[in-house]
Amino acid sequence: MAIRYVLAAFLFGALVADAGHPSLAQETKVLRVVPQSDLKILDPIWTTAFVTRNHGYAIYDTLFGVDAEGKVRPQMVGEYSSSPDHMKWSFTLREGLHFHDGKPVTSADVIQSLKRWGERDSLGQRLFAAMENIEAKSDTTFEMALKQPFGLVLEALSKPASVPPFIMPKSVAETPSDKQIDSYIGSGPFIFKVDEYRPGERVVYVKNTKYVPRNEPASGTAGGKVVNVDRMEWVILTDAQTQTNAITNGEVDLIEWVPADQYLALKNNPKIDFANLVPKGSFALHLNRLVPPFNNVKIAQAALMAVSQEALMRAQMVHKDLYNTNASIYPTGTPYNSDKTSFFTGKPQLEKARALLKEAGYQNEPVVLLYPANFAVLNKFPPVMAALLKQAGFNVDMQSMDWPTLVARRAMKNPSTQGGWNAFITGWNIPDNINPLFYAPITGNGEKGWFGWTTDERLETLKDEFLVADSEAERKALAVSIQERVYDAAVLAPLGEYKQLTAIRKDVIGGIVTSPVGVFWGITKN
Amino acid sequence: MLSFLVRRIVAIVPVLLVVALIVFMMTRFAPGNPAAAIAGNDASAENLERIRSNLGLNDPLPVQFGRWGWQLVHGSLGESFFLKKPVSELIAQRIEPTFALTLMTLVMTVLIAVPLGVIAAWRHGGWLDRMLMGLSALGFSVPAFVIGYVLIWIFALRWQLLPVQGYGRISDGIGPWLSHLILPATTLSIIYVALIARVTRAAVAEAMTEDYIRTARAKGVSETRVLIRHALANAAVPIVTVIGIGVALLIGGVVVTESVFAIPGLGSLTVDAVLSRDFPLIQGITLLFSAVYVGVNLMVDISYLVLDPRIRY
Amino acid sequence: MADTRLLSSVVAVEPLAPRRRRSLLRRVISNWSVRLGGGVLCVLIVAALFAPWLGTIDPIAMDPGSGNLLPGARADFNSFDGDVIPHWFIMGTDSLGRDIWSRALFGARVSITVGIAVAMLALVLGLCVGLTAGYFRRIDGIVMRVMDGVMAIPAILFAVSLVALFGGTLLMVIVAIAVPEIPRVARLVRSVVLSLREEPYVEAAIALDTPTWKILLRHILPNAIAPLVIQGTYVCASAILVEAILSFLGVGLPAEMPTWGNIMAEGRSQFNQFPHNVLFPGIFLALTVLSVNVLGDGLRDTLDPKFNKRTE
Repeated sequence: MAIRYVLAAFLFGALVADAGHPSLAQETKVLRVVPQSDLKILDPIWTTAFVTRNHGYAIYDTLFGVDAEGKVRPQMVGEYSSSPDHMKWSFTLREGLHFHDGKPVTSADVIQSLKRWGERDSLGQRLFAAMENIEAKSDTTFEMALKQPFGLVLEALSKPASVPPFIMPKSVAETPSDKQIDSYIGSGPFIFKVDEYRPGERVVYVKNTKYVPRNEPASGTAGGKVVNVDRMEWVILTDAQTQTNAITNGEVDLIEWVPADQYLALKNNPKIDFANLVPKGSFALHLNRLVPPFNNVKIAQAALMAVSQEALMRAQMVHKDLYNTNASIYPTGTPYNSDKTSFFTGKPQLEKARALLKEAGYQNEPVVLLYPANFAVLNKFPPVMAALLKQAGFNVDMQSMDWPTLVARRAMKNPSTQGGWNAFITGWNIPDNINPLFYAPITGNGEKGWFGWTTDERLETLKDEFLVADSEAERKALAVSIQERVYDAAVLAPLGEYKQLTAIRKDVIGGIVTSPVGVFWGITKN
Repeated sequence: MLSFLVRRIVAIVPVLLVVALIVFMMTRFAPGNPAAAIAGNDASAENLERIRSNLGLNDPLPVQFGRWGWQLVHGSLGESFFLKKPVSELIAQRIEPTFALTLMTLVMTVLIAVPLGVIAAWRHGGWLDRMLMGLSALGFSVPAFVIGYVLIWIFALRWQLLPVQGYGRISDGIGPWLSHLILPATTLSIIYVALIARVTRAAVAEAMTEDYIRTARAKGVSETRVLIRHALANAAVPIVTVIGIGVALLIGGVVVTESVFAIPGLGSLTVDAVLSRDFPLIQGITLLFSAVYVGVNLMVDISYLVLDPRIRY
Repeated sequence: MADTRLLSSVVAVEPLAPRRRRSLLRRVISNWSVRLGGGVLCVLIVAALFAPWLGTIDPIAMDPGSGNLLPGARADFNSFDGDVIPHWFIMGTDSLGRDIWSRALFGARVSITVGIAVAMLALVLGLCVGLTAGYFRRIDGIVMRVMDGVMAIPAILFAVSLVALFGGTLLMVIVAIAVPEIPRVARLVRSVVLSLREEPYVEAAIALDTPTWKILLRHILPNAIAPLVIQGTYVCASAILVEAILSFLGVGLPAEMPTWGNIMAEGRSQFNQFPHNVLFPGIFLALTVLSVNVLGDGLRDTLDPKFNKRTE
């Protein structure tokens, strides 16, 4: 009898606990998106994870944006000017910019946000190193003075590649850059509903009705960010099969990143269309050059020789129309793409690798390869790479984990036998590696650099020269040298290029804005 | 009776203590550095040391255990490493789907398994009995996720009768709640039914050999009444016992089923926690489930008082 | 008179006289369940042992170009080293081009080994715990409380946590699956010991100052063997299932190792279009677990019909 009351109390409690969940009126337009992975980290400055960056673009705004042609266009900035020698810059914010708590966006907020970004991002670090000072002239105007020439000021401020310089309230941006923020007020077209956020289950945004979009059509991350739905829910579904089933049944409207093995099923599905949310991207194998065994550059080179781009891409992308191989670190069809790739060919050179290992004195130390087993867009690479490495003579330890854990693990500098790592594979978008200064992972400044922490002075020198070069010809030559240097220092190996598939419900969803990151304004739902 | 209750409740304490000790030792002795997991990007040596002493990881083990136990008794299960929220809050968010799923499974199981077991016992040795027992052996030989996928394929994809995945909160309506739960509950029940049906059959078959059955039949009592009022009633004790013990199986099955059907409950939270090595979360969930198991078995013991008047404590 | 009675009851506990043993064996073998379950199991074990000669290729070798071939396809397998092997893919391939038939058959080795290893580990450890708890009254209480505690933690949760925390090597997986099974075995042994302790021949042996280990070995153990064997088969069946579940959840044996659970985990994302990835290993799994369970039932019916009572 008492049991009955206990059960009743339990049910009652469950119902009450759920009273916070609003029952939605019929007219509310809800856009249900399946994001590429679970959103566990909410600070887009602290992490380079793409899903967090997309979250950033939803709730924050940026000073400049990049349009579909790759041109930098002002976003939060109304007017700007620079001195003829490009050493002094002046920016004025446009009208109507407010944070979600109603407070107007001021220069003080902008400057503090840029400072925090400048501590984390490699291009930002360079910008601030070249900067004399940056100060507010009024609530809406601020000026930047450089002490050294810096050829990529606007490119840095509009950077869509992780990490973009999102503008946050001053108090939030004062959080030390090695800690995560805990307040999510932004000035972007969506508002993050913290109270409805359930990690592992869903993330909820509502339309920022007070947002004033620019009076231009949306293009890339530039132009007017008009939100055409009342509410956007990110439904976390990690199983690819479940995602496909859900969009077929209409339970979700858009799958951000469809793994290639669902391509045929969705292609033949009359209810589904493919949209071009993000243009082509590439994948790369990143090595940890700080700890054994890859701290020995010859051993690291041997690992790069084991790469078979065709096998790896075929395993992950399956269909020939979804991928192509490319031995250059720059995307095909972009200015710096070149076939001068040192010893790397993209084809497996297993005999040479075995010989090089002997020469380098490899003692069978384990190579810890991080394996995001349930992350469908990346999980076919590691088994193939492990098999290739084994045939090249390596002792491979492929460790399973989920993607957010991998992102946390790759930050560890310990030896791989004590919680560190030796290699992992991840994907990039075109703007990420369009030029050597945007390509975050090719750093040579050791522990201050990107995960992998390569120490190679020549690489850094070449990058510095690229920054101050004045002619395109000079830049091209330097870019090629940088590419060769990347291979000689065994920083990373590109695996190939892929077309990112985004699935939408046919005749229901429209207005997709193609951008390098994955933006959700502009989308219409019938 | 009161003294019996008190004695039983007191008997739980050492068991829970042992569980707490096991859970504590498991996580403390596991290789891997929780301080590194929290530090994330900024894993410098001084930072790690600072975090370690903040977490109290440098104190002697009994002190750590005492502190942890003290926290527990005050209702705090610690804070998740990765999600930066109290474990109890995360559990509270995800408890409804799991609770609903297990409840529905239990109800379905008892309603199906007990009659099946009775029928099998009634037709003991016949073809119906053999077939049912064969099916039941199949039931706990096929893994839950295979059953789940097959059910999804038939009912959700081919015939489009039910949703493929997810969970409908009760506050969104009873209809969606039910339709989302039917397939997962069926998947889980198949295993549980197999187990309960077997035990029911064995217990009822044994009860049927007792003298009082012969007497009842001699008295002219109808066969149905004999089965239910006499045989089943006397078999109730072992059946209820197995239901209690089977809760452990159920909890294990919940973890897999939630994974297949993408139900955001405690089972999938467990898988997440385990894949990300989130110690406090793993500890909290394990403790909760063990406490539930112990609690259910306590209720089973108490139910004996109702079911078997011969039992005097 | 009393002496002869005592003596004869001591004699009665000697290992079964050869004549009785033979008829027991015959009884076991003629049981329908034992024949069916044992027969299927033998076929599987033989197939697993002779795997390299049964139309298989290297189960770890992958050929992404031959990914997702349907069952029955005849195609060329291109290995990384450049070898081209024409092959009949009876059960199709997975998305990385590995032959399912080869992986399933080699997987039988791993799965059955894990099952038997877990059963033996659980039996040995459970035997030790149960013997000491049943025989030595003073530590019985505390040992059984500890066993209750272990039983209170749901087995899958325990196994999953152990593997996640201590790593996914073969040894660790075996230990992780075996540990939650120990309490039940211990209980079983303990109940046998408790029921035998009061027997006159045991009292006599104690009175005769027989060392404890001899009593345990000659008097108690022989009576525990039958229930242990039966429990062992159930543990084996359960272990094979749990290993598959662990792999499915991503916390099992290393992903390249061919185990039925791993094959199904890899194929789950394409179940809709290519169900063969999940169904074929699923059939192997179900068949094996079923046959072990049926074998266990048969053994129980012939060796120790009172088995169910002992585990209460």
